[in-house]
Formats: sequence, structure tokens, C-alpha cells
Amino acid sequence: MDMNTIEAVVRTADPSDWRAGDAWLAGGTVLFSYGSFAFGAEPLRRLLDLGSTGWPAITVSEAGIELAATCTVAELYALPAGDTGRTHAAAWPALELIRPCCDSFVASFKVWNMSTVGGNLCTSLPAGPMISLCAALDGVAAVLGPGGARRTVPVAQFVTGNGRNCLAPGELLRSIHLPASALASRVAFRRLSLSNLGRSGVLLIGRLDAGGGLVLTVTAATQRPVQLRLAAPTGTSAGAATSPAALAEALDAAIPDGLYHDDIHGLPDWRKDMTYRLAEEIRAELAAPAGTRPARVSGDLWPPRRASPQDPAPQDGD
Amino acid sequence: MSIEINGAPAQAGPRPGQCLRTFLREQGNFGVKKGCDGGDCGACTVHVDGTPVHSCIYPAVRAEGRSVTTIEGLAGSEAGAEGGAGLHPMQQQFMERQGFQCGFCTAGIVMTAATFDEDQKANLPRNLKGNLCRCTGYRAIADAVCGEATHGESSHPDPAGTGSGIAGKGQPGPRPGQLGDDVPAPASQAIVTGAARYTLDVPALELPGLLHLKLLRSPHAHARVLSIDSADALRIPGVEAVFTHEDSPAQLFSTAQHELYTDDPDDTRVLDDVVRFVGQRIAAVVADTVAAAEAGVRALKVQYQVLDAVFTPQDAMRPGAPAIHGDKDARTARIGRPERNVVAELHSELGDVAAAFAAADFIHEQTYRTQRVAHTALETHAAIAAIDDDGRLQVRTSSQVPFLVRRTLGRVFGLPVDRIRVVTGRVGGGFGGKQEVLTEDIVALAALKLRRPVQLEFTRTEQFTAATTRHPFTIRLKAAASSEGQLTALQLEVLTNAGAYGNHSVGVMFHGCGESLGVYNCANKKVDAHAVYTNTVPSGAFRGYGLSQMIFAIESAIDELATGIGMDPMEFRRRNMVREGDDMLSTRPDPQEDVFYGSYGLDQCTQLVQDALARGRERDRDAGPGDLGPDWVTGEGSALSMIDTVPPRGHFAHSRIRVLPDGSYQVDVGTAEFGNGTTTVHAQLAATALSTTAGRITVRQSDTDLVDHDSGAFGSAGTVVAGKATLAAAEELAVRIRAFAAGIRQVQASGCVLEDDAVSCEGTRVPLAELYDAAAAAGVDLSGEGHWGGTPRSVAFNVHGFRVAVNTGTGELRILQSVQAADAGVVVNPRQCRGQIEGGIAQALGAALYEEVRVDDAGRVNTDILRQYHIPTFADVPRSEVYFADTSDKLGPLGAKSMSESPFNPVAPALANAIRNATGVRFAELPIARDRIYLALKEAGQPASP
Repeated sequence: MDMNTIEAVVRTADPSDWRAGDAWLAGGTVLFSYGSFAFGAEPLRRLLDLGSTGWPAITVSEAGIELAATCTVAELYALPAGDTGRTHAAAWPALELIRPCCDSFVASFKVWNMSTVGGNLCTSLPAGPMISLCAALDGVAAVLGPGGARRTVPVAQFVTGNGRNCLAPGELLRSIHLPASALASRVAFRRLSLSNLGRSGVLLIGRLDAGGGLVLTVTAATQRPVQLRLAAPTGTSAGAATSPAALAEALDAAIPDGLYHDDIHGLPDWRKDMTYRLAEEIRAELAAPAGTRPARVSGDLWPPRRASPQDPAPQDGD
Repeated sequence: MSIEINGAPAQAGPRPGQCLRTFLREQGNFGVKKGCDGGDCGACTVHVDGTPVHSCIYPAVRAEGRSVTTIEGLAGSEAGAEGGAGLHPMQQQFMERQGFQCGFCTAGIVMTAATFDEDQKANLPRNLKGNLCRCTGYRAIADAVCGEATHGESSHPDPAGTGSGIAGKGQPGPRPGQLGDDVPAPASQAIVTGAARYTLDVPALELPGLLHLKLLRSPHAHARVLSIDSADALRIPGVEAVFTHEDSPAQLFSTAQHELYTDDPDDTRVLDDVVRFVGQRIAAVVADTVAAAEAGVRALKVQYQVLDAVFTPQDAMRPGAPAIHGDKDARTARIGRPERNVVAELHSELGDVAAAFAAADFIHEQTYRTQRVAHTALETHAAIAAIDDDGRLQVRTSSQVPFLVRRTLGRVFGLPVDRIRVVTGRVGGGFGGKQEVLTEDIVALAALKLRRPVQLEFTRTEQFTAATTRHPFTIRLKAAASSEGQLTALQLEVLTNAGAYGNHSVGVMFHGCGESLGVYNCANKKVDAHAVYTNTVPSGAFRGYGLSQMIFAIESAIDELATGIGMDPMEFRRRNMVREGDDMLSTRPDPQEDVFYGSYGLDQCTQLVQDALARGRERDRDAGPGDLGPDWVTGEGSALSMIDTVPPRGHFAHSRIRVLPDGSYQVDVGTAEFGNGTTTVHAQLAATALSTTAGRITVRQSDTDLVDHDSGAFGSAGTVVAGKATLAAAEELAVRIRAFAAGIRQVQASGCVLEDDAVSCEGTRVPLAELYDAAAAAGVDLSGEGHWGGTPRSVAFNVHGFRVAVNTGTGELRILQSVQAADAGVVVNPRQCRGQIEGGIAQALGAALYEEVRVDDAGRVNTDILRQYHIPTFADVPRSEVYFADTSDKLGPLGAKSMSESPFNPVAPALANAIRNATGVRFAELPIARDRIYLALKEAGQPASP
């Protein structure tokens, strides 16, 4: 929609230029969707346009993947099938999460041509799938402040509540670093929505870290990401399973009932039970040897289809 | 750097905060539509440097130096070069497959699909989820995108065989271009090219000095407006005027539009000094830009006296509750009991239910609840008012009822109706929501005061928070059956939530308690119904007009009774449903005097559904268990519905037809086209009477200057009332043409036969163009007129069946099979009628599974954008099998019956019954969302352990 209170669009990526009434313009798909009045008590007056920063969208190195905040979802979606993705597919199995996470957007692939990874993080909705992806892969956000200030914060702590995050006014999310150690993990994904291919009501990602511990990231079901790190039981080999009971206990401890999100996309009681269910499915999948067909897959978009990622998932119900 | 649009540089640059959508429209590209303005519906899809984007969330400044392609330029773009006849291949396919109804979403879907490769076409649920269509149910869109029939052989009957709606026993065979043919919509080319003009698609040159109106809306659920200070607003550059209750006519009216305005209470003012729901209009600011009008609204200072508010009908009826319209006189305002918030009530008993319950073998008691549902037509409410050179008020609006709008404006502003002209462009969907005056009165007020054209366009959020919704019903039901399978008692306590105004609440309550009960023979029926005001967004007319809510309760109860006595539910229905000749009784001891069995196909419909479900079971058995795991349970369910083919108490239509100089015909009708397909039907009816083809008939419509009167396109009247007038006009014209030809050829009229573009006079062919010239020379008017008054009326039937699977561990619901059989009489256009049914099923699935307009405990609607109000996407809608009964109606035009609202009505209970059959749990409240399914099964001890 028209943002009729906007008086100027200023091309800058310097937080020193920011003043009250400004908003950073990345893809614009959220700003122009909600309009001038949705982002504070006072209407927005200027857009600080990041469109000409020239930041490379995706930078791959031995250390991992650097996603510019302005990397579009379309660019990210193209990564696994591109040269970089194919080169690293064997070393970094977690690349398989990229497409299910993109497909978890309720927004169309057309919106992905403009919307950005950073925009999704900064909107900070429980169902933001780039939050799920980056948090699950131990992503670290780089944040710029006025006067050349720069700080980093783990994505799992970047989002602090429904529509809330740790950015101070004027701070700018610059990039997200996904470390190679996390990309090298085996992963599993589960998602449920109240409608087919709809908004995520519950989205869980699990991965096995190098020591055999299970890292479980709960999003969509909760108001902010919740991450559980369950070390492999002592005295067992890498990959040996956390027990179902230990997992349930860990969930009990990590997520108080009040933290489950309550909105039109799912009742909190359902979200809670589904969190436990999907967590257990993920635990079981990762406890089995790699390559084993998972015993039970609730929801959609998993397991990924390698041959033609746009094929309908078997759960589509069409 | 300028923006290139369809190969030419734009003549202007964008404003800083402008989105690409409005910029493109300002440059004259009206094919770029606004459905949501938030990136959800895809109606504004364009290509930027060849990449599809939603232009409503695309910053226009980002398009500088880029090349934009809209629907208007698609055929000329590189990708479209191969398309013949000036069309891109995708446009051609949408023409050929008729992949649209109202057409408002079509340009966006064509622009999206034009970019698809074969892989993307193979996964339309994913790739079309950013394109919402409220009319079609997506099957026709899938066929269009893929350029071929995408449903299996089993999905639809042979076009001329059993169950096809034409050429059945006692029905005529299809005739090319006439009755029974799949004639394409006359507007097809305009729709696929983006040239069709909807309400606001008016070039700036035609509206010099256009002003824009924005509304200040109430933040309070109930308040008195003490003062409005507009000084600051008036100082804003561009603001021309502010209107408040002090400028408003005193005349009370209802936003609901009916043939008799006395059907609805007079409880509404254009601008009132009391506001009764959050979102009600308080003041209007008129300015030369939308931005200035918005700024003016923000600058208004209002003082309120906040009043007590009440949000549920149960609370509103309690003694001591605030009387929302307590200031009004019951008799003059036609409000039942304003002091108790009762808009209307109905108390009736046929037979003796108490005795029947005492003697019953099985009793079912349950409270059923239906929710607020938003129509979600893709085109929002919008209107433009202007004063022409003769001082006449001209209104262009998105309406189902232009003639009634004119009458209401005349009443409110004290103008004779001949001083008002109301027209519609093509209307982007209605579903009952546009049987209402929600914009026309306020733009008329502003135009009359300012003598300049004034435009108002609702936002999608205004559509959710300040238009109308389906009436929420609470239905306490008690029903009884004998163990032999006889329905012995039906007792219903019905409470409907009118919202803050009584528009349609009387009619919805009475109609809801009509055919839903009348379809069953049952000696004992008792109804106590109340329609009650609350301080919430007003309820209004919605597809089905009360029937969908009542049928949900009654058909669920019928299923419970059958299950309770151990009988197959369809068998129980057959034993108790009305048969041809049975009195159809609901709340009065005598049947309605003007409703007859013009035809009867309910028995066929139940059989068609039963047979189709059996075939489906067999198909699945042969195919094996598929991917359903141990968590899944399956079940089947059905429901039936009946509807009178015309609304009661008169529904009038007038049509004129004449021969044009080139020997073709022009029909003028009053009824509106909003995707219901009546334009096609009228052309086919006239073509049949005139022995020509629909392509030789031009239909003009929805202009109060064209014909005398038309009650409008509601109550499914477009075919059976207006169509009857058109048929009569065409039949009259046929007689006149033959008589005139006989005269000039000096032969008997009986020897003159109409054939396509000529009259054959005893073997000599006289072209109609020649006849036109001869008639003009002789001063003879070759024209005809037809009227119909909407009575007597017939009945139409729909039966729906589902086979479903439910995941007991997650609540996920999968529809394995969906079947609907319809008794539509002779089907004038089978493809189009099938589309109406598929669209009705899809809309009903939304209401059954997802949709709910939620009002919080302060009376505020908090589902105010499409992301908070999920309407079915391509991925949500299964393919439905559609069958027609072989009947021919004695009362409808050429044997046809209505089929617009009714396909919606049996869907929700059929689904609830299938879920009950699968899980053993009765869902008595809508929507039946996955989270609620899971939690209810958990409570019942159902889910498999994780």
C-alpha cells in the first residue's frame, strides 16, 4: 500500500543517518504491506534505502556462509541448486533446510523476489522461517550502530518476542553468519500449519552436532525461538540417542506454557502438544542411522525432494 | 531514471512512499488490481525486468530505471510474441478454459502463470498460493494454466450424458450457442487482457477535479460524539471539506437493500452522533489526494462520551443491558423490541414437540455455533459520485443492486429517483456483501455538497472491520426419531448476532428458519428465534442468507439421529425428506402460497452422491492404502439442502431487446454481473428464443437508465427472475420480427422462421440487417420488452458428500473425495454452472475449516488483513465431482432453476458428518480447524500416543 506519510527515500546504510521516524528499507515487502502506522506510535517519515549498498548477497568460505541482510529469499532459495550448493552438498548436509524453510513462508515465491532474509529476522514474527533457519544453524547476526559501532548476537537471541527483537532504534542488521560446523550437521525438519502450505503454526528443526548432541530449535509454536541443547548421553558413541523421556523433560524445562504463541494460526494447547510430537519425531529420525527413511513425518515439506524440489510434498493433500 | 511501462517511458515519477501498484494505475494501467494492498492476494502481479512481483508491496522508487510489464503489455512482451490474435498463450488458455468468474483476480493470475515453466505447472498448489480467487474454486484456473483438463475422467460426467444437467430424461439436448451449450462469457477477451472496467477503472480525464474521501472510524464500541474539531484538518493543503453528523440527513434508513425497504429496520444515518461499533463512520474528509484526506482524518479531534457496550446476543438480551437502539421507536423504525435489543423474533410450533419427545426412541440435543465470516470479494467496496451538467447525481459503484441503491439515495437525500443515475462497472465479486449501501451514501453527500466528483475506496482492513459479515448463529437444537427411522420432532432455539445495525437481520433469521426445516416431513417442529443487536461489526447478507447456518445444525442433527438409531444417514434422509407434492412446512401451518415443485430432483441428487461415494471407495480400495499411516482414520458424510429459487415478497426484473442496424441484437437488463455468469445466461436465453447464437447478442446491464427497474442480483435471481424477463422480451421480439417480415414479404407469419441472422420467409432469406432498414424506413420499432415479478417460485436442491481422513495425532484433515449433486433444472450453461458449484464448495470449505472474523473483548475485529483471515488457496481446495439431476422446471426460464447461493449450504455439515464418522466426535462449532480437531479428539481420548 502507499505509505503516504513518507517524505523522502534516502540511500544510505549508515546508522549515523538514522533519526526518529526512519525505517530501513530492504525489500519493502513488510513496510509496504503494513503501511506507515504499523511500526510505532508515530507514522514513518523517511525510508533509508539499502537498495544500493552493493552488499554481496551470499558469501561462502571455509568458515561457513555469510548472508547479507539484504539477501533476497529468492537468492537464498537458489543456493542449494547452484554451483556453490552442489559443491558443498556433501560436506554441508544442513543445506537441505534452506528450501523447506523458504517454502514455509506463507508468502508466494513472487514476494521472495523482493523480501529479504534480514527483513524476516527484523520483523521478528514467531512464524518467520528465516529465523527458524538461521537460529537452528547457530547463525550469528552482525548489527551496525551509529559511529561505526558493530556487535554480534546469536540469531536465537536476536528475536525476543512476538514482533520484538534486540535492535535498538536505528541499529541495522548487516548480515548473518552460518558457521560451517552447524552446516556440517545432519538435520531434520518438521512443520505443521492449520492450512495446506499455510502459515507455520509449529516449526521445529533438529541437528546433530559434532559431539553427537541434539540441538533442537523450536519456532512458530513459541513467541520467540527456543533452543535446546541435549548432550549425547555420556559413555555412548557420537549420534547415540537422547531418550524420549529426556527430550520431553528438556522441553518441559525450556518452554513454560505461557511462552506458546496464541493467535489465529494455532491454539497454544495444540502448539504445545505438537511441539512435543514433532520434537520426538526429529529425535527418532536423527537417532536412526543416516539415510534411514524416517518412521513418522507429520506435516509437510519434509523429507526434502532432491530431484525436483518443486514437486508437491506427499502431504499436500491435493 | 524513468520507469518504463510496457515499452514506453512513464510520463511521471513516483512519490517517495508510493507503491508500484498505485503508480501503474495512475499511469492508466487499470489491469493492475487492488485486492488486498498487502501482498497476499496477487491481483496486482506485474513483471519488473521480467520477474513477477506483487506491485502493491513493491516500492515504486525501486522500479526507476527498470522495465515494467502489466497485463496490458503482456501480449506485446517478448514472452508473448508467439500468441495469436494479439494474446499471450496464457491469456488464450484462460479464454479457452474460462478460468475466471468475476475476473478481478485474473490479470494477476495470468501474469503469474505466464512465467511458469513445466516444473512450476506441475506444482500449482505451491506456485499459485500467492494468487487468491474467491469465485472459481481453482479447478477452472488449473485447467487454464495447464491448457488442458486437469481433473480425471471420473470427476465430471460426459457433457451430454447422465448427470450433466442437459440432455437427460425430459431435458432438451444442447444447442450450439443456445440453451445447454458451454458458451464462453462475453467479457472473456476484456478480462484476460485487463481491459474490463471495474468500479474504479475510470480514466482521470473522465473525472476532472476528482476528490478522494477517507473516513474517520470509531475507536469505541459504543459512544456519543460530543464534538468534532475539524479546524486542523481543514488547514491541511488539499483538504476541501469535512463532513460530520451535523451535515448528515436526518432520515434513518438501512444499509440492507431489498425490493421493499420496509423489510429492514430504519436504524442507520449517513453519519450519526452515536457510534455503535468499533469502525463505524464518524466523519468524512474530502481532499484532492488520498494522502491529504488521510492526513485530514488524523487531524480531526473528537470528544466522546463512552457508553456501556455489549458484545454477545446472550448478554444483549439480559435485563439492564444497554439498549443499543433504545432511542428509536419500535413501530416507526420497525425494530422488534429496541429496549431489549431484539431486532426481530419468531415463535412457532407445529404439532406438539413435547409429546413427540416423550414418545421418542432416540433424542439428540446439541448447541451448534457458526462464526462470523467475511465475504472477501476481491474487489473491495468502492464508489464514485458526481453531479453531471444537468445537475443530476451520477453514482458508479460496486453493487449487486444498482436500482435499489438509487431508490435508497433518493429516500435519504430527498431526491426524485429520476434525478439519480446509478451504474456499475464489472463488479469484482459480491456473495451478498454488495446488497448493501456502504459507500454510495457518503460519496453522494459529499458530491451534492461540493458539486465535484468524489471517490471512496475501502481498504481491505475496512472490508473486515467496517463492512458486513455472515450472521453468527447459536442454535440450541433438540431432535427426535423413532427406531423405525422416522423424524418425529425438531426443536430449535436460534439466536443470531445482528451486530450494531439490523441490516438483513430480519430476513436472515426468517429465511434461515425456512427451507432448512421445510425440506423434512416432520409432524412436530418448534422454533424460537431472536435476532439481537450487539456493539459489533454489523452482520449482513451472505451467500445462503441464513440457510447455511441453520443447515449446519439440522443436517448435523439428522446425522446424529441416524447414527443413534443405527440407520445409514442417507437412508434416514430419504425416509424423511420431502417428496414432490409434500407440503414444505417450517414455521407456519400452511405452505407458502407461491412456492411449488416446479420440478423435483432431490431423490436423484441423493442417489448421485451415494453412487459417486461408492465409486470413490472402490477406486481407493483398488489403489491401495496410499501414504496414510496408522495415525489416520477415515470416514464419509453427507448433507442435503433446499432453497426457494426466488426471494419472497416480489423480485422484479425488466428487460428490453432490439435489433441493431447490423442485424445483431442488443439486450438491456437490470441485473448485475459480478462473476455469477448471468450475462452469458441472458445471451443464451435470448439466442434460444431468437434461433440465433449467443455471439450475436450484446448484453448491456446494471445502469438505472437502461430499463425501468430491477430488484437486483441477490437471492440467486439473476437467471430465474431477470432471465425470465429477458426470455419474455426475446420471445416478444421474435413474434414482432416474424410479423414484420411477413408483412413486407406478403406471406403468412407462420411461414416466417428466424434463423441465425435472417428470417426465412417461405424459403426466401431476408437478412435481419435488411429487415432493420425496412423497419426503420417504415417507422416500425423492432424491439421487445419483458417483465417478471418473481412469483410463483420453485425449489432447488443440493446434496454434498465427502470422504475424509483425519490424523488423530495432529488434527490434520485430508479430503479424499468431494461430491456435489445439484438440481438446477435444465442447465443453461453446464460449464458455467459447474463453476458456480465449485466456487460455492470452495467458499464453504473456507467457512467450514479456516475462516473466522474474530472480535476481541473490546469489540474490535482483530482479523483485519488476509494473513489473519485465511481464505482457501489453490492448495486447500480438492477437486470436486459435480453432477446434475435430470429435471426441467415448469416455472423457470426454459426449465432452469437458480444455482448461485445454494451449493454453499450443504458443505459444512457434510464435512462435519464425515469427520464424525471418521473419529466418533461431533464438531458442533465452526470453523473445524486442525487445532480444534486435535484438541477435541484428545479430550475424547482419541489421539494415538506420540
